[in-house]
Amino acid sequence: MPAEGPLPFFAAGADPGSSFADLLRRTTTDRPAAPATPSPPARPALPLDGAPPHATTVLAIRHQGGVILAGDRRATSGFTIASRRIEKVFPADDRSGVAIAGVAGPAVELVRLFQTQLEHYEKIEGEPLSLEGKANQLGQLVRSNLGAALQGFVVVPLFAGYDERRDRGRVFSFDVTGGKYEETDFQTNGSGGVHARNWIKAQWREDLTRDDAVDLALRALFAAADEDVATGGPDLVRRIFPNVAVIDADGFTLVDDDDIARRADTLIGGREEGAGL
Amino acid sequence: MTMPFYVPPEQMMKDRADYARKGIARGRSLVAMTATEGIVIVAANPSRTLHKTSEIYDRIAFAGVGKYNEFEMLRIAGVRQADLKGYAFAREDVNARALANAYAQTLGQVFTHELKPYEVEILVAQVGAQPADDEMFQILYDGVVNDKEGFTVLGGQAETVDEALAQRYRPELSLADAVQLGASVLATPDDAPLTADQLEVALLDRRRTRRCFRRVQGRELDALLAPAA
Repeated sequence: MPAEGPLPFFAAGADPGSSFADLLRRTTTDRPAAPATPSPPARPALPLDGAPPHATTVLAIRHQGGVILAGDRRATSGFTIASRRIEKVFPADDRSGVAIAGVAGPAVELVRLFQTQLEHYEKIEGEPLSLEGKANQLGQLVRSNLGAALQGFVVVPLFAGYDERRDRGRVFSFDVTGGKYEETDFQTNGSGGVHARNWIKAQWREDLTRDDAVDLALRALFAAADEDVATGGPDLVRRIFPNVAVIDADGFTLVDDDDIARRADTLIGGREEGAGL
Repeated sequence: MTMPFYVPPEQMMKDRADYARKGIARGRSLVAMTATEGIVIVAANPSRTLHKTSEIYDRIAFAGVGKYNEFEMLRIAGVRQADLKGYAFAREDVNARALANAYAQTLGQVFTHELKPYEVEILVAQVGAQPADDEMFQILYDGVVNDKEGFTVLGGQAETVDEALAQRYRPELSLADAVQLGASVLATPDDAPLTADQLEVALLDRRRTRRCFRRVQGRELDALLAPAA
């Protein structure tokens, strides 16, 4: 085995195998290290009690053919709107996606590491991880952020994907400690999550089609934006609409903006239940 | 007390090169060529699971012939190198040339400093938006890098296959033409072309936007190998 040179080689005991996070940890010199874990302070720097610190609404809904992930586009910094166009829904790979709630910086970094990890595993091993395996990987990444989370930099993703071996969509949620919980039909997250969840709970059916699920997601996000200041609704002036991704046997597809715009126009133009209040 | 013998460096290098060449010549060949759809890699490989070709990054593929454990180790190192670079910088910063250079340095160093040279020959291919932008780097057991245009042959009977391919290769081949040509030149001259279960075929698809590598197998490969009606 070549001892030195430009390619990363490892001794038998130190080989990171198919884990990209381990590989990153072992090759630190001129590269950004894996997300650092600052030592936790004696007590949380930011109050963790009361309202969740992650101002956002993201949601996942299982339907007949798979699952959808959706999120609003608002990022806030205190009482200021930091961004009207931030994206909170990302593809994890061909068959799964992540929606993030929490502090934007670490959250986006977590997603990038997760995406790289899934692709890295697939290339090294020659086949993709199972959906359950992907969810466990994400749980480990969230857990590695625990120190930062205790200082207030909380990141909690929602993970959803199409399970080819079981031929159905599946939804997983996480807590700050990396605990992974599989949801039966849907889940929401963020400060507006509770409003969105109530809306979905009232409307969800086993025979929901893909189209029904997209509409339901838009209505739930609208309801959340109505009640929660940190959640952005459809912006008809600037034509900014929530991100909705469909994940099914055909893979991960972001529903295009025109389609979302048309649905949002119908929804608001019709002054649906809740919209008229 | 044993006396160390003096071995002239020329002799030592020659012995190592002969050793490596012999090892590589034992294996079957592999061809790669630029076609309209992308870069097509066709290998004589009866195994469904132990691959000679694989994905390195978005537009980059790897192929190796010779000793399996050695080129597999190089493949994994290449994937790691590419993923680290793409993560540290950006996906578009990962390119075949840098990777080929890294492989060349590693193979060159092993050839001169280690007890035994690697018995491998590898290919790093990068597909471009146009056939003219395709890049193919062939790296030999001693670290010599060749920049190939159009097509390249790796492995045992490289010279015979190279001759046959040079006569029949055209730059505007379709995927089906390229696969059929590969199956025919990889067979011994008087035999029928290799069949689907003797071949491993991969395509770096230039029409895709992100991960361009895909394996061509099963029914798709059967259809491509069937003579045009």
